Amino acid sequence: MIELRDVSKQFVLHNQGSAVIPVLQGAALQVSPGECVALTGNSGAGKSTLMRMVYGNYLADRGAIVVDGVDLATAAPRDILALRRQSLGYVSQFLRVVPRVPTLEVVAEPLLMLRVEREAAMVRAEQLLGLLNIPERLWSLSPTTFSGGEQQRVNIARGFAYNYPALLLDEPTASLDPVNRAVVLSLIEEAKARGAAILGIFHDAEARARVCDRSIDVSDFTPKAA
Amino acid sequence: MKDMIQDTDVLLSVRGLSKFYGARIGCAEVSFDLFPGEVMGIVGESGSGKSTLLNCMAGHLTPDRGEVFFAGRDGGLRDTLRMSEPERRMLGRTDWAFVHQHARDGLRMNVSAGGNVGERLMAVGARHYGAIRDSAVDWLGRVEIAEDRIDDRPTAFSGGMQQRLQIARNLITGPRLVFMDEPTGGLDVSVQARLLDLLRGLVREMGLSAVIVTHDLAVVRLLADRLMVMKDGHVVESGLTDQVLDDPQHGYTQLLVSSVLQV
Repeated sequence: MIELRDVSKQFVLHNQGSAVIPVLQGAALQVSPGECVALTGNSGAGKSTLMRMVYGNYLADRGAIVVDGVDLATAAPRDILALRRQSLGYVSQFLRVVPRVPTLEVVAEPLLMLRVEREAAMVRAEQLLGLLNIPERLWSLSPTTFSGGEQQRVNIARGFAYNYPALLLDEPTASLDPVNRAVVLSLIEEAKARGAAILGIFHDAEARARVCDRSIDVSDFTPKAA
Repeated sequence: MKDMIQDTDVLLSVRGLSKFYGARIGCAEVSFDLFPGEVMGIVGESGSGKSTLLNCMAGHLTPDRGEVFFAGRDGGLRDTLRMSEPERRMLGRTDWAFVHQHARDGLRMNVSAGGNVGERLMAVGARHYGAIRDSAVDWLGRVEIAEDRIDDRPTAFSGGMQQRLQIARNLITGPRLVFMDEPTGGLDVSVQARLLDLLRGLVREMGLSAVIVTHDLAVVRLLADRLMVMKDGHVVESGLTDQVLDDPQHGYTQLLVSSVLQV
């Protein structure tokens, strides 16, 4: 479902003396349906960069990044957007929302974009917000004023609203209390059980041990100094 | 993967569009395709050529070179620069809309709010007064203007309200493509947020395609699927909006993105 072949990435900072920062070289991995794979490696090893490349948020300099048959390294913007709507979900660490949009709408949006009936989308959103212990009185408010932990849970609810066949998770259990952490872990297990391919970054070693089938050390892809 | 849009579905196709002001370049060799439901942002500083490009596309300026093809409702691509003047005017009243930066450029200031919205329907043939008024009330509601303001003139409105009225006037005829020139320019930040949220909802609800020119990167992040960055009349970079903003490749884009103050 997710496959990387010989992927390389460097940043060129044109306004800082054209500094070239090589980040990844020869990255390769594969995630099958129903499998959860953890990206590991020290801070700065390129875990987040790799994840963003799989989402099409960062460009690849070479190689292929194929998700559900679409190569993000070469696909046109509209094909990447269609892939993100239909096949590829991403739970980032930070919620980015439009001011004034109520929490329920934020969570239901991925379903509404797929033309799921409004009522069904709202029921699903309510179910997830309830499961993640967001108090019902907050559902009609914009999450912009919520606490960090609440925003993170809204973000997770949004990421799990639609059953994506491929899912990227960036620290999904960070800043969560034990109760909500357990909820998120069972959401991940359910997604695996229905056949989702999951690629994630988990600093929480216990969570990683529980939901991940194997780990890939991103430091293996660190470019060797010339 | 299913549901991939075919190339034949293109709505607007711009080819080698160039405009010169004497020896100075307005915009040069701009080409892109826009697909139904897509929102394209064009960013760049003052003088980068983004407004010239928008006005050339919309037929307000005559480009020196290039073509602007638009898919008619019958499916065929028409070269809008070479169609007759009445045909182009009809296009401007039906399938196309243009939202100006200054609402007064897009509104009739001495006509009531209801009249501003309703006259666009009459221009495309609506004649039944009751139906026109109902539709006007509905559209004023959609842009969050209270029904009891329908007989007020835009001169009595705040800047944000005028802009919302201009949007209602443009969208009431159900266009398929909207050109927007700095739609949030000159508005207070809180008013901008409301307008952006409104535009975003309308674009999604109506499945609109739009080309939005702005110098505000936050506006394109919220509204645009794709982004073109212009400098000195040339497109220096283009791609998926979040990719261009988060992983800019061109030095000028890197400078633009890193110049935004964090709050």
